[in-house]
Amino acid sequence: MAILITEKTRIIVQGMSGRIGQFHAADMIKNGTNVVGGVTPGKGGGSLLDRPLFNTVREAVEATGADASLIFVPPPFAADAIMEAADAGIRTAVCVTDGLPSQDMMRVKRFLRRYPESRKMRLIGPNCAGVISPGVGFMGIMPPHIYMKGRVGIIGRSGTLGYEAASQMKALGIGVSTSVGIGGDPVNGSSFRDILELFQADPETDAVMMIGEIGGPQEAEAAAWVARHMTKPVVAYIAGLSAPKGRKMGHAGAIISAFGESAQEKVEILTAAGITVAPNPSAMGETMARVLLRRAAA
Amino acid sequence: MDIHEYQAKEILHRFGVPVPRGGLAYSPEQAAYRARELGGSAWVVKAQIHAGGRGEAGGVKLCRSVDEVQSFAASLFGRQLVTRQTDAAGKGVYRLWIEAASDIARELYLGFVLDRKSERIMIVASAHGGMEIEDLAEEDPASLRRMTIDPATGLLEYQARELAFGLGLTGGQVAQMVTILKACFEAYSQMDATMVEINPLVITGAGDLVALDAKMSFDTNALYRRPEVAELRDRSQEDPRESTAGDHGLAYVGLTGDIGCIINGAGLAMATMDMIQLAGGQPANFLDIGGGASPERVVRAFRTVLADPEVSVILVNIFAGINRCDWVAEGVVKAYREVGMTIPVVVRLAGTNVEAGQEILRASGLPLITADTLAEAAARAVAARPKLAA
Repeated sequence: MAILITEKTRIIVQGMSGRIGQFHAADMIKNGTNVVGGVTPGKGGGSLLDRPLFNTVREAVEATGADASLIFVPPPFAADAIMEAADAGIRTAVCVTDGLPSQDMMRVKRFLRRYPESRKMRLIGPNCAGVISPGVGFMGIMPPHIYMKGRVGIIGRSGTLGYEAASQMKALGIGVSTSVGIGGDPVNGSSFRDILELFQADPETDAVMMIGEIGGPQEAEAAAWVARHMTKPVVAYIAGLSAPKGRKMGHAGAIISAFGESAQEKVEILTAAGITVAPNPSAMGETMARVLLRRAAA
Repeated sequence: MDIHEYQAKEILHRFGVPVPRGGLAYSPEQAAYRARELGGSAWVVKAQIHAGGRGEAGGVKLCRSVDEVQSFAASLFGRQLVTRQTDAAGKGVYRLWIEAASDIARELYLGFVLDRKSERIMIVASAHGGMEIEDLAEEDPASLRRMTIDPATGLLEYQARELAFGLGLTGGQVAQMVTILKACFEAYSQMDATMVEINPLVITGAGDLVALDAKMSFDTNALYRRPEVAELRDRSQEDPRESTAGDHGLAYVGLTGDIGCIINGAGLAMATMDMIQLAGGQPANFLDIGGGASPERVVRAFRTVLADPEVSVILVNIFAGINRCDWVAEGVVKAYREVGMTIPVVVRLAGTNVEAGQEILRASGLPLITADTLAEAAARAVAARPKLAA
């Protein structure tokens, strides 16, 4: 069953007629993902990749029954596209776009709160690689062949470091239920904790690999939640042990600006919460293998 | 993106924050002229650099005569000012702000930041200003008052009043503080700031509130819609390697080691740096080539890394998703030939089109050191460094 993307998920792509949107939509379809249409204002009535195009998300939802949207809209229009999806009844949106202004995201987060739980949209990203449930489908820009189907969930800020973890695990015969990139921005749709909750409740996930980095409070927040509520084992790695304080390391959110935001401090916080922290980024796979073995023996 | 104090003061003043009268100078003579123009008998001369801690570093002085203004200005211009917030090289002083000296009775602290926990703009204020917020948080945490602002309503009048009374203000100062808080919030939200700081916000002998110092930073993702902010960028305050790399779509941060890094993705770049350190080496830089990198962008990355004379080996680590290993490999080969490479290059490719990429490297016949895993790549880069004489 996995999380966020299942066999039943019906996906539209906002910004499908753009160069990047079209390229990745084609890749998703080629790999068996259930893409039911695209949205580009002004191109409604046409079709692309054998899928209908719509002017608005509302029309797309009404015509196709879509419940998920992948958003490739450029930064100046991305916040609006996210809110349009939420209002049209989309339940899961993944925004790949890098470069959204922070205040746009603050407004988006506030906007999403106006809907009752029963129809609230879950946002993943922005500035993320997306979500993949191997063997089922994916919404994003990841290379699907590096993932093996299995029972370990992955959550990471960084796309490429998530690939690294998936391929290390695959080399050891460990597969993935769902891998979720939550993105590298300071304000994002879903936090580590939000996705941990989904994995804890997913009967097809046995353990979780959590890949954090310097900056922000989300790893510490996740650690507190794990200590109180998580019964499945969590393995983590925090990137940026050698990152200097006060310097932005690529991701807009990867900057140490407060106590508890350095990699060393996060490692201590996670360890104290009972999370097994991989000693280095090359040991993510083997650390997970060890933890799974210990669990099987218990 | 940071701006200078005088620019922050101009912006905040436009939104309604009272600031001392002052003028900008590009030369000692102009500094003296500004002092005469302002009149009075005492002036504060302030070095304009993108870093705090200027006072204790000798970049700010109270002067009692126009001659003193001019001679102090002469001693500052062209100097590299090293403060506790700069690196050892410091920041160059090319602009001075000359201000009429203020009569200070009390100093407060006022800051607006993006709070990542509540995902809202947060006001941080203290009745004890004048010292850095980090020190304040350590020495007098009880004095810090925090308040978050709902993006749906903006800063509300009662919130501003609560804060003003909480800081011990009375009488007309409360209304002045409310005006200042609302002005700062408007400046923050209308200009896509990420930080507004007034430290100190002083109460003068006459009982009025004035912003004695001001700092603003801006969201680089929003510069496309804030041309008036983008204009304020001062390249003299940036590391030239970092700003040039940025112009070419590369995120580069110079560090102090000797292993030059060319990576895709911020997380993998940080992880590779960590791995180098664990293998006994030190990274010379952080560099993310970004998504969909062309061979040309890879060549540019090589040139950026090689501009650092400390670099003794280059490590290329690519896990391609949105990138293509064949394009990166083409870039590596092209760069190797174009720059006349004299140092070892370690390459690890994985992900999209990896076989094609590896084939391009093999077929080139260049003496590249390849690696299959992250650990191998880091270990080989550390081992490939020229042996230093003991």
